[in-house]
Amino acid sequence: MTDTAEKPVQRRIRTGEGWGTYVSGAVIVLGCLLPFYWMMVVAFRDVGYTFSTIPWPTHVTFDNFVAALNTSSGNNMLRAIGNSLVISAVTTTAAVLLGVTVSYALARLKFAGKGFVTGIILAASMFPGVALVTPLFQLFTDIGWIGTYQALVIPNISFALPLTIYTLTAFLHDLPWELEEAARVDGATRGQAFRKVILPLAAPAVFTTAILAFIATWNEYLLASQLSRPNVEPVTVAIARFSGDNPYIQPYAAIMAAGTIVTVPLVIMVLIFQRRIVAGLTAGGVKS
Amino acid sequence: MASITFDRVSLQYPGAERPSVSDFNLHIDDGEFLVLVGPSGCGKSTTLRMLAGLEQVTEGSIYIDDKDVTEMDPKERDIAMVFQNYALYPHMSVAENMGFALKLSKTPKDEIRRRVEDAAELLDLSEFLERKPKALSGGQRQRVAMGRAIVRNPQVFCMDEPLSNLDAKLRVQTRSHIAGLQRRLGVTTVYVTHDQVEAMTMGDRVAVLDKGVLQQVDTPRVLYNRPDNVFVAGFVGSPAMNLIETTADSDGNVRLGAIAIAGDGKIRPKQAVTVGVRPEHLRVTEGEGIDVEIDLVEELGSDAYVYGRGHLPGEPLVVSRFEGQTPPAKGERIRLDAAVESVHVFDTESGNRINIS
Repeated sequence: MTDTAEKPVQRRIRTGEGWGTYVSGAVIVLGCLLPFYWMMVVAFRDVGYTFSTIPWPTHVTFDNFVAALNTSSGNNMLRAIGNSLVISAVTTTAAVLLGVTVSYALARLKFAGKGFVTGIILAASMFPGVALVTPLFQLFTDIGWIGTYQALVIPNISFALPLTIYTLTAFLHDLPWELEEAARVDGATRGQAFRKVILPLAAPAVFTTAILAFIATWNEYLLASQLSRPNVEPVTVAIARFSGDNPYIQPYAAIMAAGTIVTVPLVIMVLIFQRRIVAGLTAGGVKS
Repeated sequence: MASITFDRVSLQYPGAERPSVSDFNLHIDDGEFLVLVGPSGCGKSTTLRMLAGLEQVTEGSIYIDDKDVTEMDPKERDIAMVFQNYALYPHMSVAENMGFALKLSKTPKDEIRRRVEDAAELLDLSEFLERKPKALSGGQRQRVAMGRAIVRNPQVFCMDEPLSNLDAKLRVQTRSHIAGLQRRLGVTTVYVTHDQVEAMTMGDRVAVLDKGVLQQVDTPRVLYNRPDNVFVAGFVGSPAMNLIETTADSDGNVRLGAIAIAGDGKIRPKQAVTVGVRPEHLRVTEGEGIDVEIDLVEELGSDAYVYGRGHLPGEPLVVSRFEGQTPPAKGERIRLDAAVESVHVFDTESGNRINIS
């Protein structure tokens, strides 16, 4: 008798379950996913019914995707996707390579001014991007970089670096020091110990960080909108500038289709790696 | 194989109030098993890490044979180290862990395999060579760590509390295993532990450290029979030596119960001294002695330890050993005495031994 009376109460206290938790969770999930859902509904709906408010998919067609990829109206989604891939890949590679070395130094070496360097990196991540647009535009105009890849890659690296450095520093900090010492006693130089022992162990964290940096760069709009020209513009800018056959009508359906093309691969990637991404975001925060 | 010499070695971390190790002098012979022992924070691990090259020496020099290694990188010293948590490389198999050093030194592959297999056989690890460390038990991991050291056939083994993560029974087994292995291989070994039983049972010689200062180095028996100071007297032996503080009389003699210690001019009149008696040297007497009221009796089967408070100024704790299975009971009052030859006398102020007779 006492068993049956007490058990449910205990469970509720322990796990914090309850209808309130579910409702608030549902509200948050819906708030995040509804716009995305609507984008897909409109993308698959016939142009004539774009403004229909039926909440489920109707008049399903792939015409909008054809229109989105069509280059006759001055759009070039495929080129923009290629640009985005190039910019994101180069940025991610550079940010991770730099990030790993900086994080190693911050996590493992004693040197004067370490606190200062960490502070500067943190400050850089807090800096509002919009404040950089004008000076960067000015600078890149002067050196003739407007409309080049490096004009987009280099600022993106500086945005991605604080993130990579913070995640990796936390992770490297938690690796046992003795492993590196064991390697050095075993006859490895500091560099060899890092390459052969620390790096293989840090691989999951490096991978997570790379995904996070890639997503952040893929989604970057502000700087790209000012510093790029059509030949190098990434998808974010291409979608924003998307034009239809008739200059007086916004081609909403085609824009939604373009948006779907750009976001769906990213969402799938995040869903596949979500465990790792969460682990990477909380690295060092929780003692295991 | 090599001898090791510490020549006035000190290490002080920047910002630290006192050195972690100060003015450390020690010569370790070729093939010797030397144990560094002391309470936590005494500098024993730091000393070992300086030898391995993992800590920078602030002052003094370290020599392996006649070669000054003070400024050398760990990789140039030809030292193998066994860490407290073993520090096995989690992403490598047992065989790769053991062969890592050889691979770094570009040893031919078939020779690496042969040496790893030999060491694995010696350590009873042959069937685990392809496993990853996480699939091994604590004792097996410990043996892999040993194997990683043995495979290299180095000049010196450094072992930093290699048994402290094992359970009590396995620890005793592994203790004799390591000592036996070292005798067989004849590699000079420096072994760090906080456990004085480990130190006494394993070491050819034992170096006792406290607060970064070397207190005494000698064979286990000499440490036990003639401790140089109060710290060594209290640290070596279990249960610890009874240390009773008292004062000499005006002739420079000391009397404790029926124990009459003749100062022979080595003790000043009225000098504050500490008298040390090992628990096994105390015996029950009918005549004059120290009255002790028993608080606790620990029966170990073959013998028993009796803890009580002595009827002396300050009511010092007195521990005595009783052989057999008939110790006195808790609450009883006994009278204890000891032969004067078995008693140690120390100067209370400096802690140093006073050699009487």
